[in-house]
Amino acid sequence: MRHLLSAADLDREAALHILDTAAEMAALSDRSVKKLPTLRGRTVVNLFFEDSTRTRISFELAAKRLSADVINFAAKGSSVSKGESLKDTALTLEAMGADAVVIRHWDSGAPHRLAHANWIGGSVINAGDGTHEHPTQALLDAYTMRRHLRDGKGALEGVRVGIVGDILHSRVARSNVLLLQTLGAEVTLVAPPTLLPIGIETWPCEVSYDIDSVLPKVDAVMMLRVQQERMQDAFFPTAREYSRLFGLNGERMSLLPDHAIVMHPGPMNRGMEISAEVADSDRAVMVEQVANGVSVRMAVMYLLLGGAKE
Amino acid sequence: MGSARTHDLRTVLSGDDIARASRRIAHEIVEKAKGASDLVLLGIPTRGVTLAHRIGAVISEIEGIQVPVGSLDITLYRDDLRLHPARALEETSIPEGGIDGKIVVLVDDVLFSGRTIRAALDALNDVGRPAAVRLAVLVDRGHRELPIRPDYVGKNIPTAASEQVRVRLTEIDGSDSVEISTGGER
Repeated sequence: MRHLLSAADLDREAALHILDTAAEMAALSDRSVKKLPTLRGRTVVNLFFEDSTRTRISFELAAKRLSADVINFAAKGSSVSKGESLKDTALTLEAMGADAVVIRHWDSGAPHRLAHANWIGGSVINAGDGTHEHPTQALLDAYTMRRHLRDGKGALEGVRVGIVGDILHSRVARSNVLLLQTLGAEVTLVAPPTLLPIGIETWPCEVSYDIDSVLPKVDAVMMLRVQQERMQDAFFPTAREYSRLFGLNGERMSLLPDHAIVMHPGPMNRGMEISAEVADSDRAVMVEQVANGVSVRMAVMYLLLGGAKE
Repeated sequence: MGSARTHDLRTVLSGDDIARASRRIAHEIVEKAKGASDLVLLGIPTRGVTLAHRIGAVISEIEGIQVPVGSLDITLYRDDLRLHPARALEETSIPEGGIDGKIVVLVDDVLFSGRTIRAALDALNDVGRPAAVRLAVLVDRGHRELPIRPDYVGKNIPTAASEQVRVRLTEIDGSDSVEISTGGER
């Protein structure tokens, strides 16, 4: 494996290999020296065309814990805002000797272009592209579910997952559906019809418009952020109505089975898709998702960069 | 590869030999450490961990106290990572109580170039600061490439660099033995 562009690139074996590697990486956070020499002398560039704090610092921390040199390249305040093309940016990074480029871009497919246009020789890791994919988020979600629901071992056979909210704009949902299907979980998407993408019937999952009928049947529920910045049209009448019909509040949470966990990729809109009561409850694993994100990204970087170049 | 050539398999240690050697090593460890109170045994995966548990069991039997046994994966500290595709990681588990101020005995099945032990010393450095680090191996086959020597050896077995030493342990392989194969390449 040279790049990680899509959750669909991972077969079951490759996905489990990443999760198992991440479990060993996680043990590192208990140590006094939280650093490994593994990627010494390698350079990782965080190429972020779109604002993101948590994903960027998660990748940055992961690379630093493996002793790689990290360069953060934010499009704002860079030559990109002066009109430089993706190609010229890539050629510049290549000339500087980047071994891996972690890219977040507002355009779906930008990481694929970067990986396959022969502009750069290093690995490309997709850190979220447009409304397409966010594979490391799906991996950290799978890792989190496996820890809570399967004792940290094996795949996710028979685990039932509800993903609720803005599926249309969500790269998190798309990557999760693909990866969870690979790992044997059953996914139900819950959203108003206006927030479901065209062709949803071809996705390997169920679709429902009614959150209350889905919640009693899931082991994990993932609430998606309502992405105001991507909503140019009126997808629902009012925020209040959306929150009432699709938001997770304390009353709804009681419909979940006792062992079920509540997840959210962050950042949360408290009071919109998730109430403060739920976000602060024992079932919410958001803080753990963040910690697991670092372990999973360390695993991905080790597996892509740690060995000989293919 | 190599299947066309004849493999000459020679057994150099039997199951009984291995049992006696690990017993003796356990006694030597306790003797040198003047007891077992500060000891921590760390096996290097995979077979080093099994050996560490066996030696730990013998020490507990001799001294009447439980010796902490753990495992230390050295993959991320290897000096040849870039020569091969990324390797799968093995388990690292440091016993509760850590290694600070303890006498850590690294346990491995075969000592060859010494590079694994160099990596293990680096790994230990990131885990804590032991009072002393010692090395126990079941087989020392020579051909060191670094200034590293074992403190406890089951058996010194002179080998040619081209030979393969195979340690088999019941817990993993179904039976105990150490074999040398010559003439074949793997």
